[in-house]
Amino acid sequence: MCLGVPGRIETIQGDGLLRVGKVTFGGAVKEAHLGYVPEAIVGDYVIVHAGFAISTVDEDEAARIFDYLRQIGELAELEEANPSA
Amino acid sequence: MKYVDEYRDADAVHQLADELARITTRPWTIMEVCGGQTHAIMKFGIDTLIPDDVTLVHGPGCPVCVTPLELIDQAIEIAAIPQVIFCSFGDMLRVPGSARDLLTAKAHGGDVRIVYSPLDALRLARENPDREVVFFAVGFETTAPANAMTVYQAKREGVENFSLLVSHVLVPPAMEAILSSPSNTVQGFLAAGHVCTIMGYSEYEALTERYNAPIVVTGFEPLDILHGVLMCVEQLESGRSDVENQYTRAVRQEGNVAAQGVLAEVFRVVARKWRGLGEIPESGFALAPDYAQFDAGSRFDVADVSVPEPEECVSGLVLQGVMKPDECAAFGTACTPEAPLGATMVSSEGACAAYYRYRRVADPA
Amino acid sequence: MPDGFTCPSPLGDHSHVQLAHGGGGRLTNALIEGMFAPAFDADGPERRHDGAAITIGGARLAFTTDSYVVDPLFFPGGSIGYLAVNGTVNDLAMCGARPLYLSVGMIIEEGLPMETLWRVTQDMKRAADAANVKVVTGDTKVLDRGKGDGLFINTAGIGLRETDADISPSSVRPGDAVLLSGDIARHGMAVMTVREGLEFDTTIESDCAPLAGVVLALFEAGIDVRCMRDLTRGGLASALVEIAEARGVHVVVRESAVPVLEDVRGACEILGLDPMYVANEGRFIAIVGPEDADAALDIMTRHAVDGPASRIGEVTDRHEGLVTVVGQIGAERVLDMLSGEQLPRIC
Repeated sequence: MCLGVPGRIETIQGDGLLRVGKVTFGGAVKEAHLGYVPEAIVGDYVIVHAGFAISTVDEDEAARIFDYLRQIGELAELEEANPSA
Repeated sequence: MKYVDEYRDADAVHQLADELARITTRPWTIMEVCGGQTHAIMKFGIDTLIPDDVTLVHGPGCPVCVTPLELIDQAIEIAAIPQVIFCSFGDMLRVPGSARDLLTAKAHGGDVRIVYSPLDALRLARENPDREVVFFAVGFETTAPANAMTVYQAKREGVENFSLLVSHVLVPPAMEAILSSPSNTVQGFLAAGHVCTIMGYSEYEALTERYNAPIVVTGFEPLDILHGVLMCVEQLESGRSDVENQYTRAVRQEGNVAAQGVLAEVFRVVARKWRGLGEIPESGFALAPDYAQFDAGSRFDVADVSVPEPEECVSGLVLQGVMKPDECAAFGTACTPEAPLGATMVSSEGACAAYYRYRRVADPA
Repeated sequence: MPDGFTCPSPLGDHSHVQLAHGGGGRLTNALIEGMFAPAFDADGPERRHDGAAITIGGARLAFTTDSYVVDPLFFPGGSIGYLAVNGTVNDLAMCGARPLYLSVGMIIEEGLPMETLWRVTQDMKRAADAANVKVVTGDTKVLDRGKGDGLFINTAGIGLRETDADISPSSVRPGDAVLLSGDIARHGMAVMTVREGLEFDTTIESDCAPLAGVVLALFEAGIDVRCMRDLTRGGLASALVEIAEARGVHVVVRESAVPVLEDVRGACEILGLDPMYVANEGRFIAIVGPEDADAALDIMTRHAVDGPASRIGEVTDRHEGLVTVVGQIGAERVLDMLSGEQLPRIC
């Protein structure tokens, strides 16, 4: 669903289900609830919705998919230049 | 902004669009479930980039749009009580009930406040012990954990002047309602990415099997959406109907287990009435018995009446993807953002509002 | 039957004034066109968007007024005091005038701390000095406690018009260049991010600043300025739409050419706001002839305290009374005014 924005965890306070932290979004810092991302540490990126981090961003996955998409893009360009029968 | 800008890169998006055109050999109809995806498609003009053979129809993934009229009327009634501070996400403020909206209720003296998070409403309750703070808990599974945690904390801390007016709906039952309808034209789905960060996507397996429709869990940026459409069309072209995940950087198959735990404690699954779609069994959340004391519907004696929709408004057909906003006779004339007939024109996620606000103009001949 | 496109919004739809009527969008315009302008017979040649161009005994004057109701009174980068002076100074500048004298009307809530009033007054003095204007008259009223938000200020201003040229949408023509004096959305986000329920830890600072200096420099350099607008409520989008609709031309802008600071953008993303509609206080757009564009940009950049000016679009005759924006991934869409305030959203 809805508006979930990726941000970087700068600080964490507390622990367990009630922990919170400061998350930065391009330099705009807002407090977010971090209880639903127990594995996240300072420096990790999380998706924040309605003041709650709902997921960590898997940076390796992001990079992997990005490379894959770039390959598709390059292939598509090659196809355009040399269309196969 | 990292993990945002890269997914709005024009070249990358166009390359994917080219690849999509290359592999598409037949017409396909795909529904993007989530209002956030509809918004992105219209705002970034993604529908202008995809081949003509691929038709995107917009689903009922706008929790604001599907909140029943009665609930809005109840919200307005509660907001008018002098002791109440009525808190809501901004999205709900302009949605018309049977007579007016929450913003008008504010103009008439109700203490209606916009908050970014339900935790802000809880804080208001702590800071104003002599007032009753009510939070309008609208949303899909994405927002339910936030609302659940707020009530969980309220109970632990013994905050008594706080309650939720609950209007939570679940996505998979709506998808099933659409797929099982005799007039259904949808052949594949882009599932709502953030809903799936919470719930995972195992429950879609049954849908793909039963209806032979591929379901691709998809994100919200232009590149995500195009990638999701590409994955869906690839399946359709090769006759597959599997559940796949495009939004792998944020969604895991099992979802968010911590969030699911709190949901199970605070909420129970109930039948819910969807504006424009009617009642769907097991399609929403209500507070579980242990948390029933936080239910605003019970705490405040508000009437439970059924209100008919205005006849001209065909929001229901738009929400089911059967009609496009600009095919509605009232679109842009009797129904505009200034004077909306239905929720789909008011909500920023509503398909009608998205069409209106981000509309194209044809160049004059 | 209401026609949302061209007819003023039927005021009969609203039995009570809403916040949106002050939002700078369609409802505000409807209130002005539907109630005030007809009542005061105020649609003559003197009328400008930001003020009035009048002539008294041969002296070419500009006359304007504005009221300031911002909450909180003090916000990062400014205060109601700064706004009250700079807002009116800028309205005069937009009429092509050198701002000279201001009046100040203070409406104070009983119980406002004297210290607060003193700070606001000092801010007004500083702003007036920086803008080379004098506050020469004023009025003070005190309301019962509970009837006001602490403090409201009205300022009216008078200036001398530097030119007889009609600096208004009527002078705009296809081919003209649309220039923007700096990055957008700072003021609106500075105020919103300290508002209860939406607080950020960030110090996004308001861009509140006087614009008379740069405007006068444009005239001094002989730039043929067709039209100007300072960007206030309703943001960049509303200003563009007002001009396009008033003149019946098409304005096309490129989203990637409109600068937004990163933290402002981050705050907008989180609250679900489009920067194009967020309020500004020290920014303006100038529509100039294409041959003047480079020189004008140069002057605007030299006078900017933070960041260069940019050319964001053109006027064309492709459509009538419409603004379109070419988005980040290259698709063109209509940019419309909102009916009321833009509200934060989570969907």
